[in-house]
Amino acid sequence: MPASLFPPYEDLLRILPEIVLTIAGTLVMVLEPALRPERKRLLGGIAIAGLLVALWGTAVANLFRGPAFHQMVVVDGFATFFRALVIVVGILAVLCSIHYLQRERPDSGEYYALVLFSVVGQSVMAAANELIMIFIGLEISSIATYVLAGYLRDDRRNNESAIKYFLLGSFATAFLLYGIAWIYGAAGTTNLVEIRRVLSTPELAPPRFLVGVSAALMFVGFAFKVSAAPFQVWAPDVYQGAPAPVTAFMSAGPKAAAFAIFLRVYMTAFEPISNRWEPVVWLSALATMFVGNFAALLQNNIKRLLAYSSIAHAGYVMVAVSAHSEIGTAAAMFYLAAYAFMNVGAFAVVTHFARQGEKYVDVDDLAGLGHRQPVTAALFSIFLLSLIGIPLTGGFFGKFYIFKAALEAKLYWLTVIGLLNSAVAAYYYLRILVVMYFHEPGEAAQTVSPVAPGVKIALWASAAGTLLLGIFPSVILDFADRSAALMK
Amino acid sequence: MVDTLSFYIFALMALGGGVMTITRRNAVHSALWLIVSLLGAAGLFLLRGAEFLFAAQIVLYIGGVVLLILYVVMLVNLDETARARQFNKQWWIALACVAVVGAEIAFVMKRGLGALALPGVAAVAPTGEGNTERVADVLFSEYMLPFEIASLLLLVAVVGAVVMAKKRV
Repeated sequence: MPASLFPPYEDLLRILPEIVLTIAGTLVMVLEPALRPERKRLLGGIAIAGLLVALWGTAVANLFRGPAFHQMVVVDGFATFFRALVIVVGILAVLCSIHYLQRERPDSGEYYALVLFSVVGQSVMAAANELIMIFIGLEISSIATYVLAGYLRDDRRNNESAIKYFLLGSFATAFLLYGIAWIYGAAGTTNLVEIRRVLSTPELAPPRFLVGVSAALMFVGFAFKVSAAPFQVWAPDVYQGAPAPVTAFMSAGPKAAAFAIFLRVYMTAFEPISNRWEPVVWLSALATMFVGNFAALLQNNIKRLLAYSSIAHAGYVMVAVSAHSEIGTAAAMFYLAAYAFMNVGAFAVVTHFARQGEKYVDVDDLAGLGHRQPVTAALFSIFLLSLIGIPLTGGFFGKFYIFKAALEAKLYWLTVIGLLNSAVAAYYYLRILVVMYFHEPGEAAQTVSPVAPGVKIALWASAAGTLLLGIFPSVILDFADRSAALMK
Repeated sequence: MVDTLSFYIFALMALGGGVMTITRRNAVHSALWLIVSLLGAAGLFLLRGAEFLFAAQIVLYIGGVVLLILYVVMLVNLDETARARQFNKQWWIALACVAVVGAEIAFVMKRGLGALALPGVAAVAPTGEGNTERVADVLFSEYMLPFEIASLLLLVAVVGAVVMAKKRV
């Protein structure tokens, strides 16, 4: 019998961000009924404060590196990186949401609580070293996001988005769970390091067939969560229907966390069979880039366009995964950080411009924004240029490192096709720029109101992040390089 | 002999109950057949010496989940659902697909039965403790963190359900 059921203090400090976020989320819900309606925006402030403290908690946890709670979680550079990333995305999303919620309906506290809980789930995923933890973290994050996607219940697009996301997402999670069951049956453990040990010891190694089935089933689950082809079909509908700040959130946070577990599972547990899964990821990367970029060419709705672009970007990260090296992992980490800033920034502009009931979400509605609100338009241009991958933006170095990693892994064809895809992508991003600057201001641009303070902060912060990663990439890249060696 | 016989009885309950559950038009009958199916699964757990799972299956699934389903069924309009068009017009296509997949699985299993044998998995040596004690030991020491975090998962699900379902926010 264990002498004490109380865990050591180091272990508790290693999950400090999760503890802080859970307390903040609960606090928001407890305070909600006590506040008068006009003071509900305070809850957004509490959520941001909680996220900032959690960011500090991530730094504290980083001082106590190592596994905790019987190897259930592990605090390493990789975990710290993704924890910080999802928390920052959470802050930006809350900043965008405060004004949006006031505009669309009486502010309610559950929204912020759900955002916080979703971030807890993603943070658990970032640090999980166990398939059970991965599953629970993923479910916390996903369920909270399903509800957020349909938060404006009286809006039919919200309903459609939530129900599609929920049904397909649950289906995908079932695949993941089934894969976990298979690998548990084959290897007798759910610990990633242990699975790796069992798979790489010839006397213990279970039949390849069983491991392969498990890896394939889990690939389905992960590919769905990162919206990689051929499991990307849900993304455009869900991103288009969900409230714009929620789309900003779920296109960056849950996706980054899903890539974190994807990388951790495939780079540690399934590393011994990497020659089997590499071609699958390769093919998926290729298909994802093509589907995302070519479908985005045809879109007029800006949310849908950005949804397809987000699929395409998942494809670039899949290229880094299929490189299957520490450089590839570091490149994927850097890219996800850059992508988070530029994508949340772009959706922040959409949040601002869409107005009551998200009336103006067509590309053509943006006509003349460059004349009416030059600053907003300039910031939007930074995000779009970064999404194209123009030098001096984070997107450029992100793509650069990914294709460098792919070349070093001798993935020549994938690199060539990826570069050609980036050229295709330039077309639809540039189209937005052209509409914004060279078209006469339309009705939407004439009536545009000043940017709300929260959205303004989110815009400037995202732009600062995008440019920082583009001008001083080494700040993040050095950390990513040092953290890419996962615990094995 | 008794074991084998009970296995087939319980397996028949589990499978037959499952088939009846999805084929009954009346939702109450479906729920009752689901109980039969779950009882069969519980019996299979007992046969494998997993008393804890057996008890949890009966208390949680039959006592909790199915009763909840019955309550929900009582609250919705049954006559209307019985008359409503069912989304199973293409059942024979599905049946054909299932038959093909079943044949495939049977073939693969027959061909590769040897490959399915698991090395290194010895039968669990019987210890003095019962299954329930062992589950508790592992759950509250090794798996304490997932156990605790699962409560957050439930909280999120409850909050989400309330947000989606309550009349006025």
